Amino acid sequence: MPPIQDQDHRPLLLEGPSLGLRLAILAAAALVLMVADHRQQYLSVVRGWLSVAVYPVVWAVDAPSSAWRFASDALTARGSLEEQNARLSSQNRELRLRLLRLNSLEQENRRLREARASSARVAEKSLVAEILKIDLDPFRQRILVDKGSRDGVFIGQAALDGSGVFGQVTRVGPVSAEIIMISDPDHAIPVQINRTGVRTIAVGQGQAGSLLLPYLPRNADVVEGDLIVSSGLGGVFPPGYPVATVSEVLSDPAEPLLAVSATPLAQLDRDPEVLLVWFDNRIVEPEAAGGDSQPATAPQETPAAGSPPAAGSPSGGQ
Amino acid sequence: MGRHRGKNWPSIAVVLLASLGATVVPLPGLLEPLRPNFVALTVLWLCLLSARSTGLLLAWGAGLAIDALHGMLLGQNALALVVIAYIALKMRLRIRAFPILHQSVVIFGLLALDEFILFWIDGLAGFPVTTWARWLPVLTGALCWPLLTGLYARLSIRG
Repeated sequence: MPPIQDQDHRPLLLEGPSLGLRLAILAAAALVLMVADHRQQYLSVVRGWLSVAVYPVVWAVDAPSSAWRFASDALTARGSLEEQNARLSSQNRELRLRLLRLNSLEQENRRLREARASSARVAEKSLVAEILKIDLDPFRQRILVDKGSRDGVFIGQAALDGSGVFGQVTRVGPVSAEIIMISDPDHAIPVQINRTGVRTIAVGQGQAGSLLLPYLPRNADVVEGDLIVSSGLGGVFPPGYPVATVSEVLSDPAEPLLAVSATPLAQLDRDPEVLLVWFDNRIVEPEAAGGDSQPATAPQETPAAGSPPAAGSPSGGQ
Repeated sequence: MGRHRGKNWPSIAVVLLASLGATVVPLPGLLEPLRPNFVALTVLWLCLLSARSTGLLLAWGAGLAIDALHGMLLGQNALALVVIAYIALKMRLRIRAFPILHQSVVIFGLLALDEFILFWIDGLAGFPVTTWARWLPVLTGALCWPLLTGLYARLSIRG
């Protein structure tokens, strides 16, 4: 191993203000930044610009895998394309058949809701965002996608994938956005057990394959295999989208609550892309209000992002 | 100073950008928690090699870049890196005289301090990560030191 040696002619002593002073100034600057960043969104503009400044690094790191995707798309053999085509068209046929029924159901649903003067919350618009193949902090379940405020992405926006709820946007830069997955330990999503309608909250555990439902009482009716859907309370996620299936129910007689774990349906660690959705975010008035429901449209403001955001504030609808 | 100043900025920028890239390159699942803190290692190398007083500023900027990349609290890595860069600059003549394995031990200590500051700030900010796996990069970083310094010496990258 070559020893470190110094061949240049710089002085041994430092010029300018003393090292200790520099340390003090820089450390103080870092502290001020941290405090300003921690105390809510004073720095969101700075962060936006910083995310643009480091985007070339992100792009360069992501480039090989996106080039590989491009190449493998371009060089797929004819045989496998034909096979894929056949599979997709049969799947398409099947889905269209289901859609026929869904259309009539949706019509019926709308009529019924109109009769009850309550509004449905259905995803209206969606945007496909590609997940950038870079590793963020290994202890947090967050990802970066290639769409940002330029595409209308906002903080608190729900992200879905083909099979379930994925997460929500926590930070938006001009060209990229950070999404916190439902499995992050700082994330909680209001859910409902599909079979029984019991409402509860599912929190992440820091692993892609598991969620925890810590607030179910011991007499709650929940069994292995139950489907958990988003309840739409809190206004961040559209209601009725599948979130997870119950994988284990542990009932400890010493504990007042059940320990229920569930497996997320979204392919949290394997998705190449996610869907960012906009949905009509009007609050459904309870029936007791007596018919004249006043849908209060949530303001366009962004909710407080960050730690347990899901259970909280309404997000901007568009 | 004089004729050497300014000459090395491109190579320093390249090596810092490369180490930033290396902190986010996707690794297979098992290797991911082992990823050394390449930026800290590079900053230490630059500080040990040169008496340049910009070492601290460089450490601060690199730390801020990590924070922006990882979406962490802004300034967290900047503070940690500035502190270890300061120690490295102060003790640089002594550390440089050590044999390479002895250097690794010192680097281990500095990386541990860096990680401890991050751990501490995480705790204060309310996102504690308390798994033991968080300390693995300190060990792998110290083990990487001989290889990385060999590489940098070969490329003759110096502050």
